[in-house]
Amino acid sequence: MSEKQTGMPEKLWIKAGLTDSEYELLTSHMKREPNTVELALYAQMWSEHCGYTHTRPLFKHFLTTGPRIVQGPGENAGIVDIDDDEVLTFKLESHNHPSAIAPFQGAATGVGGIVRDILAMGAYPIASLNSLHFGHPGDAGHTRYLISEVVHGIGEYGNCLGVPTVGGELRFADAYKGNPLVNAMCVGYMKQSQIKKAIATGVGNSLMIVGNLTGRDGMGGASFASKDLDEQNEEDRGAIQVGDPFMEKLLIEACLEVFEKDYVVGVQDMGAAGILSSSVETASKAGNGVEIDVALVPKREAAMQPEEVMISESQERMLLIVKKGMEDQVNKIFHKWDLHAVVIGHVTDDGMYRVLEDGTTVGEVPVWSLMDAPTYILEGQEPAHLQQTRRFKNDDVAVPDDLNQVLLKLLGAPDICSKEWVYRQYDYRVQMNTVVKPGSDAAILRIKGRDKAVGVTMDSNGRYCYLNPRRGAQSIVAESARNQVVSGAEPIAITDGLNFGNPENPEVYYQLEQSIIGLSEACRALDTPVIGGNASLYNQTPEFGAIYPTPIIGMVGLVKSLKHVTTMEFKNEGDFILVVGETRDELGASEYLDQIHGLVAGDVPELDLELERKTQNFILDVIRQGLVSSAHDIGDGGMAVALAESCIMGEYGAEISLDLDLRSDALLFGESQTRFMLSAKGESAAKIIEIATAQGIEAANIGRVKSCKQLIINNFNEKLVDLRVTDCAQAFKSGFDKMMKTDV
Amino acid sequence: MNWGVLLFPGSNCAEDCFHVIDKVLGEPVTYLWHKNTDLGDVDAIIIPGGFSYGDHLRPGAIAHLSPAMKAVKDFAEKGGLVIGICNGFQILTEARMLPGSLLQNKGLKFLCQDQTLKLDNTETAFTREYDHGDVVVFPIAHNEGNYYAKPETITEMELNGQILFRYCNPEGEVSAASNPNGSINSIAGIINRTGNVVGMMPHPERSSDAVLGLSDGKGVFVSMLKHLEEKPGSDH
Repeated sequence: MSEKQTGMPEKLWIKAGLTDSEYELLTSHMKREPNTVELALYAQMWSEHCGYTHTRPLFKHFLTTGPRIVQGPGENAGIVDIDDDEVLTFKLESHNHPSAIAPFQGAATGVGGIVRDILAMGAYPIASLNSLHFGHPGDAGHTRYLISEVVHGIGEYGNCLGVPTVGGELRFADAYKGNPLVNAMCVGYMKQSQIKKAIATGVGNSLMIVGNLTGRDGMGGASFASKDLDEQNEEDRGAIQVGDPFMEKLLIEACLEVFEKDYVVGVQDMGAAGILSSSVETASKAGNGVEIDVALVPKREAAMQPEEVMISESQERMLLIVKKGMEDQVNKIFHKWDLHAVVIGHVTDDGMYRVLEDGTTVGEVPVWSLMDAPTYILEGQEPAHLQQTRRFKNDDVAVPDDLNQVLLKLLGAPDICSKEWVYRQYDYRVQMNTVVKPGSDAAILRIKGRDKAVGVTMDSNGRYCYLNPRRGAQSIVAESARNQVVSGAEPIAITDGLNFGNPENPEVYYQLEQSIIGLSEACRALDTPVIGGNASLYNQTPEFGAIYPTPIIGMVGLVKSLKHVTTMEFKNEGDFILVVGETRDELGASEYLDQIHGLVAGDVPELDLELERKTQNFILDVIRQGLVSSAHDIGDGGMAVALAESCIMGEYGAEISLDLDLRSDALLFGESQTRFMLSAKGESAAKIIEIATAQGIEAANIGRVKSCKQLIINNFNEKLVDLRVTDCAQAFKSGFDKMMKTDV
Repeated sequence: MNWGVLLFPGSNCAEDCFHVIDKVLGEPVTYLWHKNTDLGDVDAIIIPGGFSYGDHLRPGAIAHLSPAMKAVKDFAEKGGLVIGICNGFQILTEARMLPGSLLQNKGLKFLCQDQTLKLDNTETAFTREYDHGDVVVFPIAHNEGNYYAKPETITEMELNGQILFRYCNPEGEVSAASNPNGSINSIAGIINRTGNVVGMMPHPERSSDAVLGLSDGKGVFVSMLKHLEEKPGSDH
């Protein structure tokens, strides 16, 4: 041991982010006090970001297995079977705090990190998605700056990599003003035989670092992500990583070339807590120890301390566990791509995590103890605001006189309007698999050489979860699955991004716990297991408080034949328009209440998960039978918005006649769940209604698609809406530009 | 006919071009590595899109100095067919194999969309499958696609029929409103004086596989193939 092993200056662990009791626990594991290197190891590995200290105990609720699940949580990403010995791997990851401080780099490196997770599984990344949440851009120049920079960062990184950015979502609420959310998802494709694991087996095998040099960027990023954002954060700029997509592109090519050979036993992406966490995780899985010499790590800065080298989050690096004797072969392939592959240590049999500097041990702790982060089960408390918001009754608001204007306003509303401003900055066609492009319910990617495709979606609804965390979370899973089935895809599995405030606040903990329970219930009911995910807690600022509880669902579905691919736009004049599912007097939690009446109130519309499953199976069934011309889920903004969208996209009109004994606003804009809008030719429409009736599913013919571009909605012969589709389109397409141009 | 797709570090449309030649055209195709000067026995070369060398310095600025590009120049001087798409077009202008240069889009943002184009000259080895005035849809996806050349160069190119494609609206009208990136004279694709080197910002390969709902671009590759097959002395 070097002289670095000295007694801890008092309370240095507090500065490192550990509590007194955690410090006591680690000294008992070590049977002595740690030195500064060892303390740094624990501080990173026991952070919420790496150790899931608050969320791990709640994960027990999740369903993680199923017939199509090849790999559940615990690897770099989960894996699902899509038949023909082919699999998909996918995961999402948050980069919220870095994006709040340095939006361009924060968002760019968020994409880079999740792509490497997919690469580490042995897969070729085929699609990228992102879920973004900001404050209202109309209110603040800073928010518009954040939006522009985040979108630019995502585009710059993904475009350069050649991974198409095909979907996602962009939502707005004041709750995100101080703490925006940037969650990135990546989907990879491979043959079953190409799957790699993050495991350090084989005593004597080499640990090789490949890709970028290691510097002081991203120091302590994991612990930065595990505390509240406040004014001090400018000081944490050192925790922001800097991305180099060109390096990542080379890394992808070189790694996949190496993976084709039999040189590598394990792979791990270097994400949060860099070399440290990647090597600890691989060693722990194999039950082995590892030894790493920081002097061997190629660096871009001089005089780095051992702990700095270990926890640096410099981007575009991977850890390969290479069979002894194969190191030169690996290096040769990396050299071809003008990259290095350097041995920095090896696998040992003593179960110890040993850090050396030039051959001298500077830190040594049991591998298991680093993985054994203490967990916290807290007592939740129902948030006080729910007492207030639940009191809402529909009668509290009057039905507006001019429903045409309401519809136009909703079409241009931030959460509903076209996001083309965003996705036209993303290359969504590279790789030539994009069958259905962004702006649809789900993006659809074909699998080359096969008659099948995959649906990918990312969804959330912070307002729903704020008003009812459990049912809100259920609704998001249901909505994701609806987006899949209307596109012709059978939902397979999800990855979840748990974005919440500080869990040490009992009200936030309640939101976290209830949301996880809700997610789990819906995943079980809809048979979409959770195969991995990410937790991002401490999303709050002193000025704006905690964000809305925002679980984000990334879902993947399988389209069994390209013939089943279905989109939302009306396609033929004269097609019948059908609404499947029941429309009720539900205004609570709606976009309409928020946008038109300025109320975030009421309860989330009722959701019967059994009926949801049955109805989704029915939708998929009629699509597969070829009966459907277009399909769209009825979600934000209700039936009127869904109709307008199908008219706008298809450049058709529609004439609708309803006979529903409901308030006009609930009928048009209410968000009753488990509803779908289909269009179909005459005979097919009759057949669809016949099948629905036989299964006890509500389905009604409500009107027809018209070549005259007018959207008319009547109820009991009362004309509620009468708008030119071009005016609807204008509101829908210009909404975003208007928001971004508002002068402060 | 043997096709070659040039591969630089950072090329990300090479697989797409390869796929179209291999699976859509059903013709033999190989990758050409940027460090090699031996192009093998190829009849046509595609310089694909992407971010060669990470677009460091300037798009195409480093790639055009690579060993393989020296060989591509020799190949073109002997009359070989070369098409540069997107970043490939930028590389060809940097290599001075085509006139002009590509500046940042007038909107200052990366722009990805399905773009309508109007065929101007259809008497070339790359466009013979089209009719004059045809309106086609090829995707664009670029940040530096704003074509510029000196006025006298443009005049000369116009007179020589060197403009192959122009950006237009769905009705085929060429105007400032239908110009997505500010290119002079709405120029989307050009050909050299000798008629064997083409550069274009739109991606014909992305518009070649009907499964994706776009197939207008296939004509570019079919034109090249037919030209090669009819070429006197072709032993294939």
